[in-house]
Amino acid sequence: MPRMSDRETIGDALARRGVSRRALLKYASYLASVMALPPTVSNAMAEALAKARRQSVIWLSFQECTGCTESLTRSFSPTIEDMIFNLISLDYHETLQAVSGRAAEEARLAAMEENKGKYVVVVDGSVSTKDGGVYSTSAGKTNLQVLTETAQHALALISVGTCAAFGGIPRAKPNPTGAMPVSDIVKDKPVINISGCPPIPEAMAGTIAYLVTFNKLPDLDHLNRPKAFFGDSIHDRCYRRPFYDKGLFAKRFDDEGARKGWCLYEVGCKGPVTYNACATLKWNGGVSFPIQSGHGCLGCSEPNFWDKGGFYNPLSTGTNIPAAIVGGAAAAGAAVGVTSALLARRRKRLAAQEPRS
Amino acid sequence: MTLLDFARGPALEVAIAVFAFGVMWRLLSLLLLPWAHDRSRPRPDAPPAMIGAARGFIRHLWPPKPFVRSFLFATLNGYVFHVGLAVIVFGLAQHILFLHGLFGVAWPNLPSGVVAVVSVVTLASLIVALTRRLTSPVLRLISTFDDYFTWLVTVLPVVSGLVAVSHLWAPYETLLAVHILSVALLLIWFPFGKLMHAFLVFLTRSETGILYSRRGVEI
Repeated sequence: MPRMSDRETIGDALARRGVSRRALLKYASYLASVMALPPTVSNAMAEALAKARRQSVIWLSFQECTGCTESLTRSFSPTIEDMIFNLISLDYHETLQAVSGRAAEEARLAAMEENKGKYVVVVDGSVSTKDGGVYSTSAGKTNLQVLTETAQHALALISVGTCAAFGGIPRAKPNPTGAMPVSDIVKDKPVINISGCPPIPEAMAGTIAYLVTFNKLPDLDHLNRPKAFFGDSIHDRCYRRPFYDKGLFAKRFDDEGARKGWCLYEVGCKGPVTYNACATLKWNGGVSFPIQSGHGCLGCSEPNFWDKGGFYNPLSTGTNIPAAIVGGAAAAGAAVGVTSALLARRRKRLAAQEPRS
Repeated sequence: MTLLDFARGPALEVAIAVFAFGVMWRLLSLLLLPWAHDRSRPRPDAPPAMIGAARGFIRHLWPPKPFVRSFLFATLNGYVFHVGLAVIVFGLAQHILFLHGLFGVAWPNLPSGVVAVVSVVTLASLIVALTRRLTSPVLRLISTFDDYFTWLVTVLPVVSGLVAVSHLWAPYETLLAVHILSVALLLIWFPFGKLMHAFLVFLTRSETGILYSRRGVEI
């Protein structure tokens, strides 16, 4: 990947590509509205973006499926091109970069050296820690080593996707690789989590734009996710919510309720306990999102979503009530009851046998 | 593990196991006790035991005439919260899902709004019941820890359920977890306190009915 000058401002880069000031203002307005910032911010944002230097970003891919990168390269607006060429200087990304081998690793080390203390590390994928992290390596180094080494002089880290943010699918039981989220390993740097499997592209782009514009972290929730994108539950913003309130539920994916677009709670939707912007920003340029397509929310932006008792089990049901344990308890209760009654009968019989005085 | 994971998993598992253990223990230890043989001769016109039992049960659904006036309010209030609790437990879609998960049977649900109104009425009725218990000198005298604790474990799921459905004050996952935990508490207490009357009421009233009808007692 040809590395562009880090000295160049975003404004210069835009001008060179023929992007007008008006287009930048529109772009800033879009980002501001996506992040629920006040309308007056868009002007300041445009000014700041024009003057800001492009943020050096080192992108590390660990135990992941590349779905997060796939999602981002299909970001509708801002597009990945906008992000890469206008907002950030993507100095290292194993999937997107053309170079490989030693040259790629040198690009990472060079970017780290040149932007010491100023670069942002984006991680997708969880980090293998079991047996020294040997289950996921690149260029002869474990992910754990690369992360520790790269994070050392980073300004901040962004965990993109549920794997990096919370461990995700690699961390699902029985977690054979000892997968851990970035925030459990890097403790001395700010870590922003942009969870989702995959995450919403606008959440990623908007967060980087916010970082570049304001040079600070956006407001984060208790799981370190930007509140602008993770402040509301899917359920609270779901267009099917009125059906939930009325008690109208699809019982199956092919029944009348499903055809009428009723609430998917009974077929396992996890929207009420999932925080993300799917219901408002939607996917593929605002075309649709899973619930709109007729499937319940899987809760993919929440920690341990893979191990929460099944995607199709409704939230109001128990996750683990083995019949053997309940049956065993009932049998034990019956045994104690029968024993107690037999003892009472025995006492009565013995009392009847005692000579009356 | 989040609070909701704990509530939906281990908490419910333990609560249902304790419930099953306790109910089986109490029912079998009572039913298998040696029965005292009734040596009295039955009245010539005494109906069969089953009829006597049914009559006894039905007759006790309403207070006898001399007591109607003094017990009218208490009886009606009792019906309000008992019927209300039944409507909540068996009428709300989420509860039917829970029961379906346990027993594999389901039935059509009531509109959520109807259940919400019934819940508010039930809650008011339960508060009235407690007020009556606290203000009546006789009731207060005979009330024990069981009475008050049973009231508490009955009210908690109603309140937490209403709050959860209304999405008030806290995130839904917290509200749902608290609601499920309150139900777990009720299930654990159920076999050991007066909630057991849900099973035993059929035995006690029927047994009284048999006894009275055999002796020709008008009830």
